[in-house]
Amino acid sequence: MKRRAFLRHTVPAAILPAFVNGQTITALSPSPLLNMLTNFTTETDHVLVIIQMNGGNDGLNMVIPRDNYSGYFNARSNIAIPENKILALQGNAKTGLHPAMTGIQQLYNDGKAAIVQSAGYPQPNLSHFRSTDIWMSGSDSEEVVDTGWVGRYLNYEFPNFPNGYPNAVMPDPPAIQIGAVSSLTFHGPSMGMAMSITNPTSFYSIVDDVQDPAPATRAGKELTYVREIARQTELFATSVKRAASKTTQQLPYPENNRLAEQLKIVARLVKGGLKTRVYMVSYNGFDTHSMQTDQADTTIGKHADLLKELSDSVKAFQDDLAFMGVEDRVITFTFSEFGRRIKSNFSIGTDHGVAAPMLVFGSKVQNGILGKNPDIPSGISVHDNIPHQYDYRSVYASILEQWFCADTVALQSVLLKNFQSLPLIQNGVCSNINDVNQNAEASLIFNYPNPFTTSTQVKYTVRSGHVLVQVIDGMGRVVKILVDKVQDGNTHTISFDSTGLATGVYYLRLQNGALQQVRPILKVR
Amino acid sequence: MNRRTFLTASGLKRKSRIVSAAYTGRTSSGIAPYTGPWTSNEVIHLLKRTMFGAKPVDIRYFEGKTLDDAVDELLNITSPLPEPPVKEYDTSEAQTPDSNVDAGTTWINDHNEDDKIGWARKNSLKKWWVGVMINQPRNIREKMIMFWHNHFATEMASTSNGRYAYKHHSMLRSDALGNFKSLARAITVDPLMLVYQNGEKNQKGAPDENFARELQELFTLGKENNPNYSEDDVKAAARVLTGWRNDPETNTSYFDPERHDTGNKTFSSFYNHTTITGRTGPSAGDEELNDLMDMIFSKGREASEYIVKELYRWFVYYEIDDAARVNVIEPLAMMLRNANWEIKPVVSALLKSEHFFDPLNQGCLIKSPVDFLVGLCREFDVALPDQGDYATRYSTLEGLLYQLDLLQQSPGDPPSVSGWPAYYQIPSFHELWINNDTYPRRTQFTDTMVYHGFTRLGFELKIDAIAFTRSLSNPGDPKALLSDVLDVLYRITLSDTAKEQLKRDILLTGQTSDYYWTNAWNTYIANPSDMMAYQTVYSRLNELYRYLLALPEYQLS
Repeated sequence: MKRRAFLRHTVPAAILPAFVNGQTITALSPSPLLNMLTNFTTETDHVLVIIQMNGGNDGLNMVIPRDNYSGYFNARSNIAIPENKILALQGNAKTGLHPAMTGIQQLYNDGKAAIVQSAGYPQPNLSHFRSTDIWMSGSDSEEVVDTGWVGRYLNYEFPNFPNGYPNAVMPDPPAIQIGAVSSLTFHGPSMGMAMSITNPTSFYSIVDDVQDPAPATRAGKELTYVREIARQTELFATSVKRAASKTTQQLPYPENNRLAEQLKIVARLVKGGLKTRVYMVSYNGFDTHSMQTDQADTTIGKHADLLKELSDSVKAFQDDLAFMGVEDRVITFTFSEFGRRIKSNFSIGTDHGVAAPMLVFGSKVQNGILGKNPDIPSGISVHDNIPHQYDYRSVYASILEQWFCADTVALQSVLLKNFQSLPLIQNGVCSNINDVNQNAEASLIFNYPNPFTTSTQVKYTVRSGHVLVQVIDGMGRVVKILVDKVQDGNTHTISFDSTGLATGVYYLRLQNGALQQVRPILKVR
Repeated sequence: MNRRTFLTASGLKRKSRIVSAAYTGRTSSGIAPYTGPWTSNEVIHLLKRTMFGAKPVDIRYFEGKTLDDAVDELLNITSPLPEPPVKEYDTSEAQTPDSNVDAGTTWINDHNEDDKIGWARKNSLKKWWVGVMINQPRNIREKMIMFWHNHFATEMASTSNGRYAYKHHSMLRSDALGNFKSLARAITVDPLMLVYQNGEKNQKGAPDENFARELQELFTLGKENNPNYSEDDVKAAARVLTGWRNDPETNTSYFDPERHDTGNKTFSSFYNHTTITGRTGPSAGDEELNDLMDMIFSKGREASEYIVKELYRWFVYYEIDDAARVNVIEPLAMMLRNANWEIKPVVSALLKSEHFFDPLNQGCLIKSPVDFLVGLCREFDVALPDQGDYATRYSTLEGLLYQLDLLQQSPGDPPSVSGWPAYYQIPSFHELWINNDTYPRRTQFTDTMVYHGFTRLGFELKIDAIAFTRSLSNPGDPKALLSDVLDVLYRITLSDTAKEQLKRDILLTGQTSDYYWTNAWNTYIANPSDMMAYQTVYSRLNELYRYLLALPEYQLS
């Protein structure tokens, strides 16, 4: 009796695809032709590295406003970095870095870093879980999306993954998450797009040949066997291991640095020729409610250590990439689920906040600072937050557009709506990138009278195109949209009626193409 | 049969590259009753070995009993036999459709010789079986049926008669804890076995030795103590067994004296030159078969040790060292002989023994595909469509059956008359279940069960992570949650570091304060209809279960 014949008999082929949705059905429908016809994959050897800073990073002590040092100091005197310790940035006297970040200062001065000020999103959520999910999914604050933004992008590029993969177009995992668990970021519509890692240490095992200890029992013997099989069969394990073994020489990385260990592996795999597009690394500890700095010396302590870890590892990573000749293929950005409050608390820490800067690294990054330092009005309360200047998804959109050369259809389907394009990557990386001059320092929007009691006139100057004017409250919530339409290139005036809104600080946010600007305004009795 | 193909699949080849962990090997514990602690650990061990998976509700139930009571309850089966499989198949391609059987009612009493109908019925039986296993009552029956199915391995694929297949299955079911010798005799003239091993073709003048060999080599004596039987014994036994035929209309086998070899059959020195007297007439077949069984089972030591070793491999571990042979196999084999081949006292003694509960023997069984899949469905209490909605139910079960086939264990169709290689192939045994093909498939199956589910006819078969979590003792505390979950799912103790990492990386999304999870969980419990609160805990629980089910630890029972 032929067993296979029997199987064909028992399971009508027509039913199979529906049932095995999301399963490997290579054996059942090998169709290279179909694969070829549906393959719209964009040719690129570009790599994106995402650094997740878990816990909510205090952006105000990372990228420090030197132009309003007294405002900064008064809001958080117990953790403020002394003015003379702030690291200066070439060509930008208004903004400086935390003293632990010498590596990133160097990168910036070498033209290999950019800073995106006050990235966030409207109606910010202050829960770690929820806000992490928002950043990873690329959703609106109030929207529940169970796929990740990178997952959607990679699914667009590599449809039907994992069915029919690995293949000639993508012989390697489309994404690699370094660490234990698969992140929402990489979740595609039907399956995780990242390399499936089934053991907390297995990735390190693949690369470094380390084996977990199993108990010294019969169960341990069988566990060892199953682990070995698991290790051998991890999806794409062979290609990853091969890539890792090809890279034989790397520059030194800092010791005892969680991030450096991970970035070192990334560099090794990039150099080894993996076609993997996105890597994600993460480290934690940014939830600095208390003892964020040393009590006597605010330049050292918990947060300083975390920033040093970031700065040292990113510098080593960038140097290593340059040394290995793959620097031009890689950009890196950081994110954290939220920033922290402007005002510090009495525990020498900061509580959950809203917007914070994102850092972008790479030799092809458009060097500079996007946006302006956050406004710190005097007399702010502990509840006041930094409103977002840039929607975090604008950063995602710009990277997809300018680094992965994604078309507008992709952008739309990946990010679920349109976001402004920011000049993050140097021109010429993708030929169709527009040269958008950043002009964020000019005063494009203001109001009069200010302070005001009920009504105030908002005057703004834009270039022809789509214009968005929002009013954001101290908690970062959009309380009113004044303009959301295409307008002529001109100066326009609109009235803002604040009836029903509490007194306090609000922010006007103007978005016009790649430009945006945020101005504080004050409602009084 | 393609036993060969299976063996040359990656499993065996890989074997040489794998370095076994040094393990403190031997135990001298025997079948003296276990008197140690009776905690959830022992309960779970007993349940995972005697049923498919350990359901939290069953764990709690047996924690309230003594070990003796627990084993007795598992072995003294009082649950009624399940309702038989029903007609749920399409008959449009049949030349003689069974239109007299209403859809949704059972076909087992209806004679129909249409091949298409026969195949459809066998499939309905196989799907039904998977459903019965998932809904198994709190006793050992399903594990024993699978044991006998592997022992008296018979492929349903050898016939297009669905009723033979059901009759065969029913015999194993009703005698699951019965008498070994009686079962061996019954299987000899079972219609499905008569088809499978050509017994119905075995007649005087042209004896077919197929079954006569397997009866001795695989079903009763084994060939471990070479030489057990001789080639002449195979020939002589085949002559004894001439004349048996099947009648599909009555769904029975019968003896045809005209086809029987009436001469005397003399056996080798192994059987002390026993002669089975040739008989004539309608009772000749039964009489000679009784003689044959008596002769085979007169080799008491061989027969008893052979089946006891199989039981040992089924319930304890595949490796049988000298200590286990002397302290467990031999005493149990003697018990079996003294009990006149009754299986239940032997299984009872094994399950109550210190050897069974020896820590060295816990957690070391690699789950068979059925144990893996059915156990998963049971441990997470995955709901099947209602019996009443038979179309959806059978369609859903068909999906699971397909998964079992991908995982290399399709109930009803073992790869050969030897059963599944994982139970006989030295030296790898159970390790054969896991290879470079089946391991990722297992993971894909659990991934899908957690994240997307399998949908058939609008019914979604899926793990309900929230419901499962709610059934735990204190899900708001991430430590307690993890500890409860690991108790149910794993037999390997995770280090505190690993637990901490799981808690932090998954439940706490990288944070260190347990409060964040507690808060998220309580928020959800307070507002179960709030989508955001739901998604927040749901996504983390899903990732936790996906992750735990994909780890090698979950492959062990």
